[in-house]
Amino acid sequence: MSQEVILRVEELTKLYGARVGCRNVSFELCGAEVLAVVGESGSGKSTLLNCLSGQLPPSGGSLSYRGANGHWRDVLALSEPERRLLSRTEWAFVHQDPRDGLRMTVSAGGNVGERMMAVGARHYGTIRSTAADWLRQVEIPQDRLDDRPTAFSGGMRQRLQIARALATNPRLVFMDEPTGGLDVSVQARLLDLIRTLVNQFELSVILVTHDLAVARLLAHRMMVMKDGHVVESGLTDQVLDDPQHPYSQLLVSSILQT
Amino acid sequence: MSAVDDPTDLTLGSEGSDASVAEAKGDEQIADLSSDAGDDRIDETIDGYNFAYLDENTKRMIRRAILKAVAIPGYQTPFASREMPMPYGWGTGGVQVTAACLTPGDTLKVIDQGADDTTNAVSIRQFFEKTARVDTTTRTEDATVIQTRHRIPEKALTEDQIIVYQVPIPEPLRYLEPRETETRKMHALEEYGLMHVKLYEDISRHGHIATTYAYPVMVEDRYVTDPSPIPKFDNPKLSNSPALQLFGAGREQRIYAIPPYTKVKSLDFEDYPFDPGQWPQACALCGAEDSYLDEIITDDAGGRMFVCSDTDFCSRRRAEQDAAATSEEGEQ
Amino acid sequence: MYVATKGGEKAIAAAHRQMAEERRGDPKIPALTIAQIREQLSLCVDRCMTEGSLYDRDLAALAIKQSQGDLIEAIFLLRAYRTTLPRFGYSRPIDTGSMAIVRRVSATFKDIPGGQILGPTFDYTHRLLDFKLAAETEGPRTVADRAETPVEQSVPHVLGLLDQEGLIQKEKTENKPAPDLRIGRIDFDHEKTAERPEAFNEDTPPDLTREPLEFPASRALRLQALARGDEGFLLGLAYSTQRGYARNHAFVGELRIGAVAVEFDMPELGITIELGEVTVTECETVTQFQGSKSQPPQFTRGYGLSFGQTERKALSMALVERALRWSELDEDFVGAAAQDEEFVLAHVDNIQATGFLEHIKLPHYVDFQSELELVRRMRREIAEDSAGRDLSETAE
Repeated sequence: MSQEVILRVEELTKLYGARVGCRNVSFELCGAEVLAVVGESGSGKSTLLNCLSGQLPPSGGSLSYRGANGHWRDVLALSEPERRLLSRTEWAFVHQDPRDGLRMTVSAGGNVGERMMAVGARHYGTIRSTAADWLRQVEIPQDRLDDRPTAFSGGMRQRLQIARALATNPRLVFMDEPTGGLDVSVQARLLDLIRTLVNQFELSVILVTHDLAVARLLAHRMMVMKDGHVVESGLTDQVLDDPQHPYSQLLVSSILQT
Repeated sequence: MSAVDDPTDLTLGSEGSDASVAEAKGDEQIADLSSDAGDDRIDETIDGYNFAYLDENTKRMIRRAILKAVAIPGYQTPFASREMPMPYGWGTGGVQVTAACLTPGDTLKVIDQGADDTTNAVSIRQFFEKTARVDTTTRTEDATVIQTRHRIPEKALTEDQIIVYQVPIPEPLRYLEPRETETRKMHALEEYGLMHVKLYEDISRHGHIATTYAYPVMVEDRYVTDPSPIPKFDNPKLSNSPALQLFGAGREQRIYAIPPYTKVKSLDFEDYPFDPGQWPQACALCGAEDSYLDEIITDDAGGRMFVCSDTDFCSRRRAEQDAAATSEEGEQ
Repeated sequence: MYVATKGGEKAIAAAHRQMAEERRGDPKIPALTIAQIREQLSLCVDRCMTEGSLYDRDLAALAIKQSQGDLIEAIFLLRAYRTTLPRFGYSRPIDTGSMAIVRRVSATFKDIPGGQILGPTFDYTHRLLDFKLAAETEGPRTVADRAETPVEQSVPHVLGLLDQEGLIQKEKTENKPAPDLRIGRIDFDHEKTAERPEAFNEDTPPDLTREPLEFPASRALRLQALARGDEGFLLGLAYSTQRGYARNHAFVGELRIGAVAVEFDMPELGITIELGEVTVTECETVTQFQGSKSQPPQFTRGYGLSFGQTERKALSMALVERALRWSELDEDFVGAAAQDEEFVLAHVDNIQATGFLEHIKLPHYVDFQSELELVRRMRREIAEDSAGRDLSETAE
């Protein structure tokens, strides 16, 4: 992990009328660092992720990102074209449901190729071989290149979504419960794959999960959220092995019991 | 026919005699598009209707849209399309654009599928003969305004001509994304990745791009544009044409333009370049080897022949050949 | 020797003559008069006026006669005529509160100020063919008993009564579309046609017939599109909301039919003159609204208005109109067709729909030829491919 900060979040708040989505969330994320945001449903972790990734306008706070060119940018002040460009080049998003992140009626090759074509790739042969290479990286057999995701299993769809997200070599990846809804054995294989890819490409990741085991396996650091607030944060091992906040203790103990 | 029996008679019945009145305005008005609706002289051509059917305010509105379209090549300019006395989908957009462009001195040619004699071409030509009393022609080079559906004439157009295309669905992204709010945004942000995904899928499935008509083009390196359902064979004629090309979609309320000498590129991949296609056979009537051909089924035993779809082009080639043959005979 | 088909011009002329003959039918039968259609097929006339958006009974009757009773064709004739009429200006909003009521029912209250008036309706007829009507000779004239005293000058709207209690959601009057809440919304320029009088301000409703429809549309624009829209399409959509596709259980707060005055301001003279009367059907439905964090539960309105006596249309319009308001009321979009503004507004106009649908009868030789070539080519490639495989397999 490089010690250079690439994302700085200060006092980020999202209100829905009087209801709190998340409030006064502040943290920094370094290059090649994986940060897990944990909490039960309704804790505000998905709201936070959507605000961070630019899909939801926050009610207050600031959000800065240091681009590949080394310049800091105020993400909330970006124009729509700038924001969209960022989210298809340096950023990527992995949805819990692969159907939200894939075009189900487009072949696997087309899905991976779309991001490349969106940023100007116009050589069919190159697009295709790059797509094939990505399928190999995510352990999808080459002969499925022209098949549509509708014909894929849940685990394979999720791996395809990851291949699509990574195809333009993003630096920062947002993941929303990437292993949710999958069988345990499929989950294990996927987690292993994500860990390999994150290390190989030195990705910075913000990972939302309710599963502490996922956080333990993938994340360097973690934040525990409850009722829209961050109640505890620190190194993953430290939080999981020695939780300070009563809510974190409850979460950790509930895992140990099961 | 009594007036009531015929919808066109009902509205366009009696004979007026005001070609001269209409002439009086013509050119200056076109030249001065932005002028206010100051002169409200009623320039009736036929019984209560204005020259070329539409009232001057409506024409002025359409001309403003045309000017904007010309200023932003390939951009779909919204306009308040009017109900016309022919159905939506039958060329109402083209008719409104033509009506807004016509001056009394113009000569109009109308083709459908390349032919001057198909029923809808006849119908639209009659409409303007009645409402604008302009001269009409089938000879491509004699026309100053050409309204077309689905073809570009084989004979190269000139700077003195306007070609008006009838457009059913102006949005090239429509079948990829049904929402207008979304496609407008995609154009605004030049997000055309999806368009190439479609072409990619074609190649991966069929080995080549499987779009044969309404083949999408990039206009002046900015807007992906639908060339209307012309065959891709005609796409090369779009680029760098000396003529002003206007596209009217009445039902969808859009006008767009390709100004003269504008770069138009058919979308493709570097390693799968655009191919307009060609015919293995020549026209069975005139022998042309470089024209678009219609397939004609000649008997019920599967007999067929291929002839030019551009009837003006084909018949005049044959007339020339006949004349040449006759003069040769004469010399002998 | 093949000769290219000619004669489109002759064919068209012949088709017109044949149409005229067919329209007239057997010349031994007397021709319909416009007056007969106007008086005896008045509900057809009303529908044509509504969807043709032109209030003129005689022209509508003429259109019906000319179109042989094909109502969409008749509506088309009216629209094509209407579009050529000069626009002098815009009348004042009609006041349906001071309608000369012939029919008024409320399904929400048994008794209402002004009373319930059943009026002319098919509602409680038994649908038995009346063979007396088949007799060519006219029977004794029916004289209806009418309400003794004409209903009062001004009859309050039922929804207005609920509104006094603050039970009806306060409606916005602005005509701007709902703001797009996503980050960095792009403001597309709106191509105004500059035909609107200068006195108009932002709150003046847009005119669908003078400006292109763009999305998202304001409520006023939506209502205009629905009012001109196809009765059958709206009926199907409204019915779908009743069956659970974006269910909003609607009560008919009030349905009223009657004549209202159309008034026109003449600023030059500083007076308002009455141009005449139009008969309209107005329907207001009430639907319970669950309330949100910021608003207590209350009722919301669905609104339908149409020319003449066109109850089915006005009711359908009100239900669909209400379903389209989901975003403004913070309801869930459940993916139902009736909630989808672009879907509804882009397809509700039967003149647009029928034109585009029927245009597939026009020649498509050129595009079909392209497709034909492509299909032949792809079949050839597949055949060559499998032939090649057979060969190589044989070789092995």
